[in-house]
Amino acid sequence: MGRTLTVIHALGLMLVVFSIAYVMPVITALIYNDTAVVLDFLLAMVWTASFGGMMWLVTRRYKGELSIRHGYLLVVAMWTAMPAVATLPLLLVIPDLSFTDAYFETMSGLTTTGATVLTGLDVLPPAINIWRHELNWLGGMGIIVLAVAILPLLGIGGRQLFRAETPGPMKDSALTPRITETARNLWLVYVAITLACIASLKLAGMDWLDSICHAFAAMGLGGFSTHDASVGFFNSPAIEAVLMVFMLLAAMNFATHFMVLRARSLRPYRMDAEGLASVGLILISCLVIAGFLWWQGTYSSFWTGLRHASFNLVSLATDCGFASVDFNQWPIFAPLWMLFLSCITASSGSTGGGIKMIRTLVLIKQAGREFVKLLHPAAVNPMKISGHVIPNSVVFSVLGFIFLYFMSVVTLTFALLISGLDFISSFSAIIACINNAGPGLGMVGPAGNYGVLTDFQTWVCTAAMLIGRLEIFTVLILFTPQFWRR
Amino acid sequence: MEKLDQSAVNEGNTVKILILGAGQVGSTVAESLVSEANDITVVDSDSAKLAILQERLDLRTLTGNASHPSVLEQAGIADTDMLLAVTQSDEVNMVACKLAASLYNTPTRIARIRSVDFLARPELFNKDNFCVDFSICPEQILTDYICKLIEFPEALQVLRFSQNKASLVAVRAFEGGPLVGKPLSILHDNMPHIDTRVAAIFRKNSPLIPEGSTVVEDGDEIFFIAATDNIRSVLKEMRRMDKPTRRVMIVGGGNIGRRLAKALERDYQVKLIEYNKKACEKLAAELTNTLILNGDGTDEKLMQQENVGEVDVFCALTNDDENNIMSALLAKQGGARKVIALINRSAYVDLVQGGKIDIALSPAHVTIGSLLAYVRQGDVAAVHSLRRGAAEALELIVHGDRKSSKVVGRRIDEIDLPKGATIGALVRGDDVIMGHHDMIIEAEDHVIVFVINKAMVKKVEKLFQVNIGFF
Repeated sequence: MGRTLTVIHALGLMLVVFSIAYVMPVITALIYNDTAVVLDFLLAMVWTASFGGMMWLVTRRYKGELSIRHGYLLVVAMWTAMPAVATLPLLLVIPDLSFTDAYFETMSGLTTTGATVLTGLDVLPPAINIWRHELNWLGGMGIIVLAVAILPLLGIGGRQLFRAETPGPMKDSALTPRITETARNLWLVYVAITLACIASLKLAGMDWLDSICHAFAAMGLGGFSTHDASVGFFNSPAIEAVLMVFMLLAAMNFATHFMVLRARSLRPYRMDAEGLASVGLILISCLVIAGFLWWQGTYSSFWTGLRHASFNLVSLATDCGFASVDFNQWPIFAPLWMLFLSCITASSGSTGGGIKMIRTLVLIKQAGREFVKLLHPAAVNPMKISGHVIPNSVVFSVLGFIFLYFMSVVTLTFALLISGLDFISSFSAIIACINNAGPGLGMVGPAGNYGVLTDFQTWVCTAAMLIGRLEIFTVLILFTPQFWRR
Repeated sequence: MEKLDQSAVNEGNTVKILILGAGQVGSTVAESLVSEANDITVVDSDSAKLAILQERLDLRTLTGNASHPSVLEQAGIADTDMLLAVTQSDEVNMVACKLAASLYNTPTRIARIRSVDFLARPELFNKDNFCVDFSICPEQILTDYICKLIEFPEALQVLRFSQNKASLVAVRAFEGGPLVGKPLSILHDNMPHIDTRVAAIFRKNSPLIPEGSTVVEDGDEIFFIAATDNIRSVLKEMRRMDKPTRRVMIVGGGNIGRRLAKALERDYQVKLIEYNKKACEKLAAELTNTLILNGDGTDEKLMQQENVGEVDVFCALTNDDENNIMSALLAKQGGARKVIALINRSAYVDLVQGGKIDIALSPAHVTIGSLLAYVRQGDVAAVHSLRRGAAEALELIVHGDRKSSKVVGRRIDEIDLPKGATIGALVRGDDVIMGHHDMIIEAEDHVIVFVINKAMVKKVEKLFQVNIGFF
């Protein structure tokens, strides 16, 4: 019990820190002279800070070091409690919003999913839009540190892979010896790229509010938009191009970006097997889908097809979730392929979700090893990625991860099917949520919205987002009896 | 290649040489140098190894740590002409060279350096740092040698001279080959544009002096010299060409096997069999394109399973002579086209060479040449040991003028070479010129001399030395 209270103590502190995030929407509301909204946000801020402060004060006797076991609990608690308090301004400003929908919205924000239940985004107060996008951005920030600094310590699903002493791009030079230092460096990179993105979007023709919002959503790979028509609203190839570049950057390992900046050379990109595989796969897929759409006659010109195919494909494959056209109307091969890519293309240590490219590479190589083993029974053939040997234990935990991932998809899809949703909508909604991508197909497609779901269905999708974001094991381990046994 | 300071090596006097390390390299070098009448001291920490050496050879031994000044002093480093640091440890060798240079002023210091990490930073060896005049890596020399044999599967030996501009190649003539039963002059008739020269022919292990009218017989070992670019065309005239090498199988993943696999894996399909599971894993981590197999190199089932019959070149490179011979024989039996066995004991080499095993490699003879070049008198750029040490090919650099030298400004047939020594070719600048009798030798030519009997080497060197008074 004592340790659980220690977790609550830490969580309280987190919430107090989190309440600082309300400053940004408050400033926005002040700029737009929206006094009512200012008061709502200030109220939410006070509530959050005092709630967190109280948790912190009451449990201050239990302040102490956390064990790895309680690390899981803290991570899950953070990712459930922060969306909960983040609903406050939404509930205050939008009167007829239910808590279920508000929680879905903030969870979608903080897990950088980008699925929304709200309509009429264009007429929402700017402060609310800033708040939603800020959640995207903060979620991305949290996930980078989680992925690069914390999950490796817990060793989830082969995450040891990404530890500094093992292979991949990080091997070249352990980033920095200490987690806090690593986190700070990665955040600096994240902030720097975000600023570049805001400036580029402004130059491409957005106004300041839209640039900031879309830059936040692109860097977090969240995919919230300030318009119901998403990026399609702007109908500008320049904006689409800028967003594509930054989505691809955000879908790469931030540790690689950090090393590129530090070494002032592009060599780390060339060494990043994961990033290269992702970019290659996306490039080929863009050409194939564009050709397919042209052949099917969806678009009369190949180039229009290429423009729409590449923007929407990059957006979905990187788990961002912007849309520029209603790809739900495309022949089913195209959107399903895009959803498939969303499962595998994001890199570890990026803000994207899903299985991650590194795990896909491990599995592909494992399949190759099996073939070699059949042909040459005496062969000694260790798994190597970027020239470094991956121990078998890592391969097993990757296999375990993939199994749980597919079981989660199947189980949650069935849960939606039981509740009466059609197959394509159920399946695509779960895939889109568990990969933190955003729009699915059918009823939850880019033209539709998660608002049509019943409360039960909304909660199922909320759970899928959380499970996917925290790499499945972290959440499910809390439901094993062993976890609670001393 | 830079040449060491000859002033310390007085003519007529014996050279004092200190060898550190009595391992395989150390003892072969010692054996080779003792036969050339030098004063040798060998230092090693293992007295058992030294006792064996002492029994066989006329030299002095000393037990102790080769990197300690007191040991070096006792070994007489103060008046040593040349230090050969060839222990197992790169670090000991480097430190010994440094000590020799800064404490005792030893004129020439040669170290065996194996680690690529060190070799990649040549500045480590200059006189401000470790003071290593020459570094040698026997494993690398051996690997290069085997690579050449794989590149030219028809050849028994391929030796490079003058930065690989000219090569000396040994081939065996087989019944049915284009040359057998015909005089040598046919070579020139068939390829008027390509200049080559047959330096020697060994028939049933005894040498012949080749002339234009010499008729080649089945089983003859022919040594010819040509510009390196022309080797393939000349080989084509000598023997029917086999199909080029594609599949290579190596047994033994030690220092040599590993280096060889690494050098070959880009261009050939390489399979490497290694007995030790741990070593296999290390190899697999280092090599990218080689198939590593864990098993016994003499396990015929494993060989069948891995299709030894389709293998073009099979190399048995473990450090066990008997195993190498057996697995090479098994591979030949199984259908491998060409088999090479690494054999340390010279008695075995003579036993198996030319039998079922195509090439019996003696690491000592392959690598000793690079050391001998430093020890020899006169300006010797390269020495290659041939026919298990019986014959030798030398690359000598000619200095002086018509007065001070016995060779400069003279036609080749005017030079008083001992019988059995022939000038195969000379390299002048970038040109490779064959040693025809009317060729006139100029100063700074690199002359490649083929000596069929090692006893003549001293005479040849003397002939090429500049007379005292020239300086």
